[in-house]
Amino acid sequence: MSKRTLDIEVLRYDPEQDTEPHFMSYQVPCEEDWAILDALNYIKEELDTTLAFRWSCHMMVCGSCGMMVNGEPVLTCKTFVRDLPKDVRIEPLENFPIERDLVVVLDDVMEKLQMAKPYIIRKDPPPENEEFNQPRSALYKFKQYTMCVNCMCCYSACPQYALDSSFIGPAVLALAHRYNIDSRDQGKSERLDILADHDGVWNCSFVGACSEVCPKNVDPAAALQQMKIDGAKAYWLQKLPGGKS
Amino acid sequence: MAIAKKSVVWGVFAAGGTVAAFLFPALIALFGLVASGTVPEGLEYANLHGFASTWIGKIILFFVISLALWHAAHRLRVVFHDFGVRKDKIVAKAVYLVAAIGTLLTAYYLFAIG
Repeated sequence: MSKRTLDIEVLRYDPEQDTEPHFMSYQVPCEEDWAILDALNYIKEELDTTLAFRWSCHMMVCGSCGMMVNGEPVLTCKTFVRDLPKDVRIEPLENFPIERDLVVVLDDVMEKLQMAKPYIIRKDPPPENEEFNQPRSALYKFKQYTMCVNCMCCYSACPQYALDSSFIGPAVLALAHRYNIDSRDQGKSERLDILADHDGVWNCSFVGACSEVCPKNVDPAAALQQMKIDGAKAYWLQKLPGGKS
Repeated sequence: MAIAKKSVVWGVFAAGGTVAAFLFPALIALFGLVASGTVPEGLEYANLHGFASTWIGKIILFFVISLALWHAAHRLRVVFHDFGVRKDKIVAKAVYLVAAIGTLLTAYYLFAIG
């Protein structure tokens, strides 16, 4: 296979030594079938062992290698060298503080993830000694949202999260929606109380960038709009006599 | 925490958006023709006046016009936010006031048509 040399600029930042982030350039002889993640591993193994970045599976499952490549939030294991120009710029995911080099601090999203209660909530006990039958049509309703790998590319693309980080954000809200529309779940009202509050779905202005950049073809923007309808319905229902305040 | 009141204005925004997306391109095209002097059959003044004189016509026109106003108001509020204006309460009051006045005027004028 033929090799192709890329000029890769990588944003470097060591909080113990640097006052601010800066770019370093590397010339990387890439194989034709390499992904950007392979090029980063080459840099780390052959050129500069101090480079820090997250990765694990190299097959679009773990969601840990999300970075900005030429300004777009992508999974670097899914972004191929052959699809890129000779000059490539790699930066950590936008809208997150940098921990070191290409590693970002995800504490904010991890805290918000708890708010979504991303698990099945039952008020009635589940069926005993038998399966919980779920028709295929019910599965298809939420299946796409289960594909999220928490890579946080959508948070980097979201202009509302960039403006105001108190916004709960696309991936977490889409995950909450995944459980809200699961026929086995009974926790929708519990979640809406939190997620249809000010910092929840209403901060979304339906730009749709989250869905465009999602490497797993999840459509968080659609989830958020559906949650807005649920939120609006629940608001009026609780105003009815006997409705929960 | 509780479900935010924003859901109320979002409700009329969404309804107005649906109405605007479905009806306004056709209405703009048709009334564009009228304005340029080519009146399509059925859109003559007398016909439209007759439509606005019936109760069902008044109700339809009221919802189409007022929902579109609330849609525009909420969209403008979001645009202000996107452009970095951080005075949401003032912006919200201003745009919704215009929509509310527009709604009242729509009701008044429709009622006045004999």
